[in-house]
Amino acid sequence: MVDVYVMGRHYRVPQGLTILTALEYCGYRVVRGCGCRAGFCGACATVYNFRNDAQLRYDLACQKTVEQDMYLVQIPFFPALKAIYDLDRLEPRGEQVLALYPDIVKCYGCNTCTKSCPQELETMWFMSDALRGDIRQVAVKSFDCVMCGLCAARCPQGLVPYNVALLCRRLYGHYLAPVSQHLEDRIAEIRAGKFDAEMDKLKKMGRGDLRRLYDQREIEPA
Amino acid sequence: MYPAHMEESIRKVEATRGRRLQETLRRLSSDEKEPLLREHHPDFIAGKMRQLAVGPNKGEYTPSELADLLEGNSRIDPDKIDLGRVDHDLDVLVIGGGGAGATAAVLAKQSGATVLLATKLRLGDANTVGAQAGTQAADRPNDSPLMHYLDTMGGGHFDNIPELVEALVKDAPEVIRWLETLGVNWDKNPDGSMHELSGGGASRLRLHSARDYTGLEEMRVLRDEVRNQGIRHLEFSPAVELLLDGRGHAAGAVLVNLETNELTVVRAKAVVMATGGAGRLHIQGFPTTNHYGATADGLVLAYRAGAQIIFLDTMQYHPTGAVYPMQILGQLVTEKVRTLGAQLVNAEGGQFIMSLEPRDVVAAAIIRECQGRGKGIATPAGQVGVWLDSPMIDMIRGEGSIARELPAMVRQFGRFGIDIVKEPMLVYPTLHYQNGGIRISADGSTSVAGLYAAGECGGGVHGRNRLIGNSTLDIFVFGRRAGKAAAEWSRKAAPGALSLDHVRRWQKGLEQAGLAGSRPVSPLLLPDYARPMADFLPDSARRSLPVQRVKLT
Repeated sequence: MVDVYVMGRHYRVPQGLTILTALEYCGYRVVRGCGCRAGFCGACATVYNFRNDAQLRYDLACQKTVEQDMYLVQIPFFPALKAIYDLDRLEPRGEQVLALYPDIVKCYGCNTCTKSCPQELETMWFMSDALRGDIRQVAVKSFDCVMCGLCAARCPQGLVPYNVALLCRRLYGHYLAPVSQHLEDRIAEIRAGKFDAEMDKLKKMGRGDLRRLYDQREIEPA
Repeated sequence: MYPAHMEESIRKVEATRGRRLQETLRRLSSDEKEPLLREHHPDFIAGKMRQLAVGPNKGEYTPSELADLLEGNSRIDPDKIDLGRVDHDLDVLVIGGGGAGATAAVLAKQSGATVLLATKLRLGDANTVGAQAGTQAADRPNDSPLMHYLDTMGGGHFDNIPELVEALVKDAPEVIRWLETLGVNWDKNPDGSMHELSGGGASRLRLHSARDYTGLEEMRVLRDEVRNQGIRHLEFSPAVELLLDGRGHAAGAVLVNLETNELTVVRAKAVVMATGGAGRLHIQGFPTTNHYGATADGLVLAYRAGAQIIFLDTMQYHPTGAVYPMQILGQLVTEKVRTLGAQLVNAEGGQFIMSLEPRDVVAAAIIRECQGRGKGIATPAGQVGVWLDSPMIDMIRGEGSIARELPAMVRQFGRFGIDIVKEPMLVYPTLHYQNGGIRISADGSTSVAGLYAAGECGGGVHGRNRLIGNSTLDIFVFGRRAGKAAAEWSRKAAPGALSLDHVRRWQKGLEQAGLAGSRPVSPLLLPDYARPMADFLPDSARRSLPVQRVKLT
C-alpha cells in the first residue's frame, strides 16, 4: 500500500494505481477532471508534491502512477484567455499572432511553462517562436499539446501558450501547408460525377458478387 | 522494463525478427474468416446477448449490458417536470460535444440555424480525441471512392447500408480539405502530397494522419471553431430525455447539470444526437479505449423516443489494447503500429495472423492464440496478451520512424519505462467501438421526424465491423450532413406543444412487460468507478427525499 494525501487528507491505496484510479479507490466519484482516461484529452491536469518535498510537479492524473507520500490536487478548470477570430480573415504572419495575443511580449523567459508541461514540450521555445512570428516552428513544436492548460495556470504573466499554439497550428494548416494537388483533383472528379455510374453498379450488386470482387481485389503493399 | 519471464519471451521475439522481416502471411478469404470469427470473436459467445423485450427493436439481440440500459427506467417523472417553463428555445439542439456534435453544430450554424450544443463532460471530451491512426479518404491517383466502398463493405461483412457507404466515401476527400481549411495540420510530403498509410482491411494507402494524434488534432480545431463561431454550448449537461411534440416529432430535450442536478428544458425544432459510443459499459468485462462518458446515452434516449437501432449485436474489440503495464490496461495501441509494419507475435516468436486484416478478424485471432492455443504471455497481474513487435518499424522504415510517426505511443509507454523503439508491446483486444447505432439515412435523419444522428451513435454505415480510419471520417461526413439537414428541417418545422408522453408510455410498457422493477435507471451518464462505501441512510429517510431531483448515483 502507498500513503497519499488527497487535498491534504490521508489515504492508503494499493500500489500501481494511477492518480485517477487512486482517487476512485479512495471513494471519490470524479465528474470534472476526467475525460479520455488515456492521456489525450487534458481533462485531468494535476499538480502534486511530496510530504517532505514542496517542489511542485505536474502530470495527467490518468497517466501518472501514485508514489509514496504524494500530495494530490487536480486542476479541472482554469479561466484561460482565448482569442475569438475568423480564421478566413487572418493573415499567417507574426503580427497577427501578436494582435490576437498581445500579452506574449510579456514573457520574460522563466521557463515555468516548459517545466509544467506533462507532455514535456518545449513550451517556452515555441512561445519565443511565436514572438518571432515563426508560425511553422510553433506548429511543429507544439503539435503534441493535449491542451490541459497547466502552462497557462502556471504562467506568472498570465499568458496562454496552449491557445497561442492552437492559433499558430490553425494558421499553418489553413494558409501555409503546401497544397495537395491530388486531393483537389479527386474532389473535382467526384463533383463531376466520374464515379457515379460505377458506384451505382456496386450499390446494386448482390452480396455474392460483391464478396467475389472483394476477395479478388488487388492490395497495395503497406 | 518488463518482468524477467516476459523479457525471456521477448528474446524469442528478437530471435525470429530477422526471419519474420522477410515473411508475409497470406490474407484469409471470406470463407476462412467466418469460422475464426464464429469460434473466437466475443460477438458470437452464446449467453452474452439477450433479446430485447420492449421497444422498436423488440426481439433483436444485443449485449446484456446494453439491453439493461435500453430497457431501463427513465430518470425523470414526466408529471414532475414543468414543460411550460422553457429555458432555451432554438432551431437545432445538438446533444454531444465530440467530433460529430461539434461538426453538426458548426454546419447547422452556417446553414442559418440558431444552435445550442449540450454535452455531458467538456466540449471535446469524446472518443474523437483518442483516435490516433488517421482518417480514410480515397484521394491518391491509384485509389478511388469505389475501392474505398468495396473495402468498407467487405470489412462490414457486406451488411452496411449502401447509400450510407456511398456518402461516406464520396464525401471523404472533401472532408479532408474542409478540415485543412479549418486549420488541421495533416502529415504531408514536402511536395504537398498527403503522407498516407495503409490500414487493416484497406486495399490502398489512404489513411490521413496527424502523427498519432489525429483525432486530437481534429477535435481541438473543431472545438476552437465552435468557440470562435460563438455557438452556445452547455458543458456537464447531458440529456436525460428527449422531448417530442404531439405528432411524435423531436422537439427538444431535458438536460441535467451533472454537478448541481438542476434540470434544463430545451425546445428545439430539430435535434442532432451525437453522443458517441458505449465502451464504458465494459461489455463482457472487457476494458475499453473509450472516454469516461461513453455510456450509450443517445441510443437509450432515441430508442425510448421510438427510433430504430441497427446492428445492436456487434461491438468492435480493437485488436491491440495495452495489457502491460496495468496502469494503461485496455488503452489503445493504435493500429498505425501495424500499418507501419509491426507484426503480431506469440510467446514463441511466431506470427499467427496477417496483421492488416480487418479488426474483428485480428481480434479473434489474438483471442484464439491466447485462449484457444495457450500461446499468449501472462503478466504478473494475470492478464494474457501477445506481442506487437514495434522495433520492426525502424528496421523497415529507417531509424527515427517510430519517434516521428508514433510520438503518443512512445510517450505513453515511456512513462512506464518501456521503450517501444527497442522492445515490443503486450496487447490483447479491448472494447473500442459500437459498430451499429441509431439507424440513419444519408442525411443523418432517423425514423423519428426531426431527430438526426451522427458519428458513433449513428448506425448502418459500418455494417458489422468498422474499418480503421472510417470513424474519424464518419463523424465529419455525417456530422456535416446531419447539421445541414437539421437546420433545413428546422426552417419548415412547426413543432406542437412539448411532451413527455412517450416516457409515460415507455414506463407503462416496462410495467406491462414486468421489467420496471428489475431494470436500472438509464441513461447511465457515467460509469461508477468509485470504491463503493456502505450506505447507512434509513429507509424512512430515503422515502422522504425529494424525488423530483435527478439522482445521479
